[in-house]
Amino acid sequence: MKNITKIIVAGLVGSTFLVAPVLAPVLAAQVPAGVKLAADQTFTYRVLDEHSSVDPQIVEDVSGSELVRDLFEGLLNQNAAGELVPGVAKSWEASNGNKTYTFKLRKDAKWSNGDPVVAGDFVYAWQRLANPETASPYAWFMEIMSLENASEIVAGDKKPSELGVSAPDDYTLVVNLTAPLPYFAAMTTHASTFPSPQKVVEEFGSEWTKPGNIVSNGAYVLTEHVPSERSVRERNPMYWNDGETVINKVVALVINDENIALTRYLAGELDRTEVPAGQYPSLKKEYPNQAISFPKLCSYYYSFNVSDSGPEAFKDKRVRQALSYALDRNVVTEQVLKGGQFPAYTFTPGSTANFTIPDVAYAKMSQAERDAKAKELMASAGYGAENPLKFDLLYNTSEAHKKVATVAAQMWKQKLGAEVTLANQEWKVFLEVRGKQDFDLARGGWCGDYNEASTFLDLMTTPSGYNDGKYSNAEVDQLMSDAKTASDPSANYTRVEEIMADEMPIIPVYHYTGVYMMNEAIVGSWPVKNVEQNWYSRDLYKVAQ
Amino acid sequence: MFKFILKRLGVAIPTLLILIIFSFALMKLAPGGPFTSEKPLPPQVLANIEAKYGLDQPNYKQLTNYIVGIVTKGDFGPSFRYKDRSVNDIIAQGFPITLKYGIWSFILAVLVGVTLGIIAAVKHNSWIDYTAVGFSISAQVLPNFVMAPILVIIFTLWLNLLPGGGWNGGQWQYLVMPVIALATSYMASIARITRSSMLEVLNSNFIRTAKAKGLPNRVIIFKHALKPALLPVITYLGPTFVAMITGSVVIDMYFSTGGIGQMFVNAALNRDYSVIMGITILMGVLTVLFNLMVDVLYAWIDPKIRY
Amino acid sequence: MVVVSKKIKSMADNMASYEMGKKNSLWADARRRFFKNKAAVISLIILSLIVIFAFSAQHLTKWSNEEIDWAILGDVATMGKPSLKSGHYFGADPLGRDLFARVAQGSQISLMVGIVGAAIAVLVGTLYGAIAGYFGGRIDSIMMRIVDILMSIPYMFVLILLLVVFGRSIFMLFVGLGLISWLDMSRIVRGQTMVLKNKEFVEAAIAGGSNHLTIITRHIIPNLLGIVIVYASLLVPLMILTESFISFLGLGVQEPNTSWGALISEGAGQVLYGTLWQLLFPLFFFVTALFSFFFIGDGLRDALDPKDR
Repeated sequence: MKNITKIIVAGLVGSTFLVAPVLAPVLAAQVPAGVKLAADQTFTYRVLDEHSSVDPQIVEDVSGSELVRDLFEGLLNQNAAGELVPGVAKSWEASNGNKTYTFKLRKDAKWSNGDPVVAGDFVYAWQRLANPETASPYAWFMEIMSLENASEIVAGDKKPSELGVSAPDDYTLVVNLTAPLPYFAAMTTHASTFPSPQKVVEEFGSEWTKPGNIVSNGAYVLTEHVPSERSVRERNPMYWNDGETVINKVVALVINDENIALTRYLAGELDRTEVPAGQYPSLKKEYPNQAISFPKLCSYYYSFNVSDSGPEAFKDKRVRQALSYALDRNVVTEQVLKGGQFPAYTFTPGSTANFTIPDVAYAKMSQAERDAKAKELMASAGYGAENPLKFDLLYNTSEAHKKVATVAAQMWKQKLGAEVTLANQEWKVFLEVRGKQDFDLARGGWCGDYNEASTFLDLMTTPSGYNDGKYSNAEVDQLMSDAKTASDPSANYTRVEEIMADEMPIIPVYHYTGVYMMNEAIVGSWPVKNVEQNWYSRDLYKVAQ
Repeated sequence: MFKFILKRLGVAIPTLLILIIFSFALMKLAPGGPFTSEKPLPPQVLANIEAKYGLDQPNYKQLTNYIVGIVTKGDFGPSFRYKDRSVNDIIAQGFPITLKYGIWSFILAVLVGVTLGIIAAVKHNSWIDYTAVGFSISAQVLPNFVMAPILVIIFTLWLNLLPGGGWNGGQWQYLVMPVIALATSYMASIARITRSSMLEVLNSNFIRTAKAKGLPNRVIIFKHALKPALLPVITYLGPTFVAMITGSVVIDMYFSTGGIGQMFVNAALNRDYSVIMGITILMGVLTVLFNLMVDVLYAWIDPKIRY
Repeated sequence: MVVVSKKIKSMADNMASYEMGKKNSLWADARRRFFKNKAAVISLIILSLIVIFAFSAQHLTKWSNEEIDWAILGDVATMGKPSLKSGHYFGADPLGRDLFARVAQGSQISLMVGIVGAAIAVLVGTLYGAIAGYFGGRIDSIMMRIVDILMSIPYMFVLILLLVVFGRSIFMLFVGLGLISWLDMSRIVRGQTMVLKNKEFVEAAIAGGSNHLTIITRHIIPNLLGIVIVYASLLVPLMILTESFISFLGLGVQEPNTSWGALISEGAGQVLYGTLWQLLFPLFFFVTALFSFFFIGDGLRDALDPKDR
């Protein structure tokens, strides 16, 4: 647990950048002057899968979090550029060497049933998050926030009421931490920390999130939910900033197949859908104002299994380098995916805050040079036509992953004579197999938990629970550990990336982009600069066409 | 007959029990669990979650608790993946949807299939026969994962006549495409079995006698030939109905109906144990009931069959 | 009249073709009748052509089923059209691989899957159902309850488990398919058996002292053949479709190998983007093969029906 604490702390050290309790002005939909709004302010978008829950302390998936951000509001929010802005809290103050935080809540925040939002609601919610009875999958977040007694409560050794948070009066929240956290405030934008209405939760138990029962303090209220079909949320007139909300109704339709979703988008049933792999250029040509692509805080890579159970060949650095060099990333991004993705020669995406991609030697070579070098390396490692390299490439079932893997396997076959067996596995089996180091080369995708490089680079440290290939390098461990207390960790991060480019424990393939078709009416208000894609419906608006 | 039905219903209980045990075992053996995720949970958090859902207990205890819960409270447990809902909720919401479009598909498939089959048999080896068979085969060979996207493109994108999916309470516009896509998968089979069976009956002695007696065709077909001809058809219809009712996954996926078929596949892929068991039991009950109904129908059709 | 006068004519033909000393068993009879059925014979020829295509077409093209044509990868919609000049007779798939070679290889797998799956179903299902229906009583009860249970088990788990235990292979695919496919057949056969066992000729056989096994194999099963064959010919497409669903779950045919089902579902998804050949070529083979199986099945049924003279 302590390791993750350090990770997140270090992350927030480098991430969003509000030291003083001076916050950017309150925003909601900032409609530029002179823009005429559409008569119908309903936003309909597609989701791939049904969400897991809308209970703020239980939600764990992306589509659920989107809903929770609209239905509830926490102490602070993020604006379109990812900066901190006030939410229920008007201001806050750090004291006691960043170990105590005091939040001042606004007095006009209300629940959708008219009750005022008070500090006690946050106390209740946070205690609930740590309470073993709630069995929240995000209970560990409370420990990372370093609240006093959080770990003990999660382990069941102390009562939830002993959590280091209290409400001396209805509009003041006091938090006591076990360690100094300069950027504690930024953590309160996370959905798990949003308040929940104690009376309602206790009255309805597990049914409290059903439309009709649910009471929420955000810009919207859940009015309809047909699982695996749709969910509808409508304007909450009790929301304190309701005057700035433009969108009246948000409908999320569950559509499994991306091609049918695109068909329905073109038929006008949706305002937003994902662009299927490879279709972006032709859609951009035909619908230039609707097809958009912007960077996201995620990386796609292949992990070598360098543990004892991995193939002998992969313990040789030259083999790993050869495979990475021979992969033509431009073909993958420009000819297969075609969504404006960024070819990656290093792990952390360039769009990460306070981060520039370091120059690594092999990134600057031409593909022909890389291919030649790859052949050399393979030969010197002893593999070639008479002794072909054989291994399995593991990926989870998906059209896009299949395409990339097929192309990669063909490249390795044609350039290096490697015999690659493609192994696609159903998601849970894939996770089990990969988690047990029962693979040769496995696909991985990682999205940042927060906007700072350590969320990516910490995966390469020895104690990381997400280091499936079991790569271990003492220098990397030391660098990352130092980075947590360094005032400017950029040098450490650059060095780690350089080591990775040399040792090649993973093959970085590309950095993600969000590729969508979006209704022209709404495209203007979409927060394309928010790489974590934390969007709020109350910031959107539809322009008259 | 009544005694027979009672006996079968009695046997249904141990049958279902065995089904439950078997499915439970299979489910637990498959790798991965409901909480296996890309970002693995820290051990203490995982322990708390497992405790809440009773997964920390030994398997046999989980099974007995589960069965007791069903028998005493009719409670099929909470969903492990959709934390806000219980299995009862999920089934109560998804099953009527599947039932509704399933029944309509069934009616359509039977009406068209049986009619075509009879016509083909009666006009055996004529062009009418070939056309009827050809039509029903064409409908079936188009797999529904081809038909679904094409239907959506035609009716939603080009003609703008029907919504591209969803359920919206089951209004007729949302039923048309799923029903067509589902019914066509079974139409040809029903037609061909009807045709084949009808042909055999039409060639049998008692029909020959009827013809010799000079009875008109219509009487021969509907009063004498149809009942025995339907026997193999009904056998086929039993499991077909169950399959349709428990939902075609592809239909649910492509038309976003929210029906049980997709719930089940998602539950299997998510290792949502309680939902899997719940829907399996539902399927088991339906299968047992329908097979029983089919057997009873046999006895009604062929008086010589007695149990 | 329901009975067409053609029957009289064919009876006369039969007698006319009868020669002294020529072996004239029931099977020879059936074979002769089968070959008179034009639709069945044409289907047989077409199916043979497809089989020949499946196993020899690879020699006609330089592309293998997995090789990517890098030159067209970036723009398959315009450069991947079917053309004799480019060497891609059927065009290219979304990843720039030659569709001709892929359809050929896919045909191999799908045909094998269809036939083997249906064969397992026929063998196991017929025997099981005939025994249950013939003996009736408690034996029937137990056997059919077992079928009930097996029918309700979520077969997806069986497949996942098979995959985990035995690893990914085509062989496992067949086993998995075989396990599901015989259940319906057994019920249909059981139903028919229950009807047949009450018929007079069975009574006669019992009176004549035949034992159960003889009766089942010599009297009941031949009379079931009609319905069994029709149902078997329905099973073949079902097997092929089930295979594509299994592969969709990641449990069946693995890339770069492919099957009709996989090709068709990929092609169907691409219809919106103008690359229709990716759907039409595999669909054509699939539909033609299925039509052929249907007509052959019907032809066999007609040929084997002792009463349809």
